[in-house]
Amino acid sequence: MSATFRNPAVIPIAEIPVLSFAVFRSCILDAVSGGSRVSALFCHAPEGQERRLFALLAHPGQNTLEAVTTRVGNTYPAMTPVCPQVHLFEREMAEQSSVIPLDHPWLKPVRFPNRPGAAPVGRTDFYTVEGDQVHEVAVGPVHAGIIEPGHFRFQCHGETVLHLEISLGYQHRGIERALVNGPDARTIHYMETLAGDTTIGHTMAYCQLVEALGSIRLPLRAEALRAIALELERLANHTGDLGALAADIGYLPTASFCGRIRGDFLNMSALLCGSRFGRGLVRPGGVAFDLESGRLQELKKRLTAAKRDVTGAVKLLWNDPSVLARLEDTGRLSVEQCRELGFVGPAARATGMEQDVRADLPFGYYRFFQIPVASMPHGDVFARAYVRWIEIQRSLEFILNTLSTLPEEHTSCDASSLHLEPHSLAVSLVEGWRGEICHVAITARDGKFAQYKVVDPSFHNWHGLAVAMRNGQISDFPLCNKSFNLSYCGFDL
Amino acid sequence: MITALIERLLQGHRTQPFPPAPDALPDRLRGMPSIASNPSAEDCHRCIASCPMQAISLDGNEEMAIDLGRCLFCGACEEAAPGSVIRFSNDYRLASGARDNMIVTSRRKAILAEALKHESLRLFGRSLKLRQVSAGGCNACEADTNVLNTLAFDLGRFGIQFVASPRHADGLLVTGPVTENMRVALLKTWEAIPSPRLVIAVGACAISGGPFAGHPEVHNGIAHIVPVDLFVPGCPPNPWTILDGLLRLMGRV
Repeated sequence: MSATFRNPAVIPIAEIPVLSFAVFRSCILDAVSGGSRVSALFCHAPEGQERRLFALLAHPGQNTLEAVTTRVGNTYPAMTPVCPQVHLFEREMAEQSSVIPLDHPWLKPVRFPNRPGAAPVGRTDFYTVEGDQVHEVAVGPVHAGIIEPGHFRFQCHGETVLHLEISLGYQHRGIERALVNGPDARTIHYMETLAGDTTIGHTMAYCQLVEALGSIRLPLRAEALRAIALELERLANHTGDLGALAADIGYLPTASFCGRIRGDFLNMSALLCGSRFGRGLVRPGGVAFDLESGRLQELKKRLTAAKRDVTGAVKLLWNDPSVLARLEDTGRLSVEQCRELGFVGPAARATGMEQDVRADLPFGYYRFFQIPVASMPHGDVFARAYVRWIEIQRSLEFILNTLSTLPEEHTSCDASSLHLEPHSLAVSLVEGWRGEICHVAITARDGKFAQYKVVDPSFHNWHGLAVAMRNGQISDFPLCNKSFNLSYCGFDL
Repeated sequence: MITALIERLLQGHRTQPFPPAPDALPDRLRGMPSIASNPSAEDCHRCIASCPMQAISLDGNEEMAIDLGRCLFCGACEEAAPGSVIRFSNDYRLASGARDNMIVTSRRKAILAEALKHESLRLFGRSLKLRQVSAGGCNACEADTNVLNTLAFDLGRFGIQFVASPRHADGLLVTGPVTENMRVALLKTWEAIPSPRLVIAVGACAISGGPFAGHPEVHNGIAHIVPVDLFVPGCPPNPWTILDGLLRLMGRV
């Protein structure tokens, strides 16, 4: 009854059967109750044509993706009450395409796009708790540090947080709108700046998508170099996060060491391509820079030194009882919450979920060389920190192994005159350092994007931070926040 | 405790000198560009067409000009006509004090930022407290500004500090193209900084809107909204580029 495929993939729109809404809905509900996830749910509303809902389901057990679609009018019965993980997708569709999910329990703006008649940013009916000694703490959009903007409202009783509501949209730059009718000269730069700290992750997802649409295969060396860049991005950010966690609990040695080592990993990306964030490296057809033997030796040398330094710096955390006491049992998420709300990445793996796109829906170089999934059962800040530490070790090992067996081939193939498949749905997923990155495109008659949907891992996980804060202390917030370290611009697009 | 002390010794002293040692910068860094003196018309058009940001144009005298404030330093123009028109050096010094000073032609180099004058220099030359606001930034400019606080750059030794409250600040450091959704919050932060106050625009977005230039959701940078004292080009600028700009403003370079 539906189209099933691997990652990345292209399928003609005509081959996706149009289901009745009832069947579409039960497809999604059955898949989710069977352990699958909703990776994307969006409304496609081409001018002058009927509106359609598309859902992309990930079936990790079978290493497959599935697309289902249905026609929709101005309203439909909301799925959120029985399938909470679609809550934000349904809010997003209401905001972007005015398709209203009836009886949605939390139908509020997502990004406050500046449209006539729309609410100005930050104006919404915030959830409030009333009663004796209950008070509200509002923070942002401008925060205390060098950090992106967002608005947080805590409903507190004394120091106990009853509820945290996160209201974003301040970073909204209109990227999805601007991607329509692409690809063009700016497209790759939108990808590199969707979430600047995930330049490689998003650019890789995009490139895989257009390469699938253009039916080109990459030389293995290009795939290997992309995987190295993706793992370097993970290393830099995970190391930075562990340092930031240490800083927030006042454990300065690890904080200052990791701040510097994070920079060492960024400089390794710069060794590859000149940019610390990997700007200009990943391009349709492969990678724009090669790793010649001298450069390869230099990278090996730097990685080996950084491995020593990061191990020494991070192990201090696990050997200090006062550090562990602060991390353990703070901001706990259960595996049930995680399944129900569809969280991704290290936050999901820290509740014991074995969920990682690199293993479940392997792409690029990971089809041939796997990295074992790192998971921990506790669901607290400690688990989210420790999962990062395991991933740091595995990424280091993976890069060092890849460097010693780097395939001798070209670094790219010609993608200058790519002919993109028309009337198709293209899907590409990548495991970025924050979790699952999902790009979906629908092409028009000329192969140009009629729609381009980006789902950053932060889209799924911001609600995880809110849930983790329940019944915690306000003073736990910085720690919980760093343990998720989510993207504002990746969410706001 | 003893393990922490031993680790401290093993990690060593990692603060880098300023100006940085030549090998502190990647050889593939795309820094200050130069334009060849007599490129063929065909090569010029190829360069102009290759730029995703329309940062390259022919000026009134039919001479090629590249605007560092719009440039993403992606290298597409260099690739379009290899070796014959535009070349990116790995010179990290890019910050300018005025928008016009950021136009590079074959005959004219970019004019780098000069020190503050008179009273401003007296006030800010030795101690500069900045409030940072991201207004649509992608977290790359933010991250490479934040990294100046690490022990590798040790910003404090130059008397520069990022502060939490605009009331404690001497200036505003802006990243991002200034989204409509951040405009009011940004203006309120600027108004809360006591005069005289500086404004520093870091990155192509804050200078010209960057990749988002022309989007109805953004304001094409901060200069349309408040006067700017320092522009730091790049997407994102290397941390050394940002530090160099700040120190130029303080008369330290």
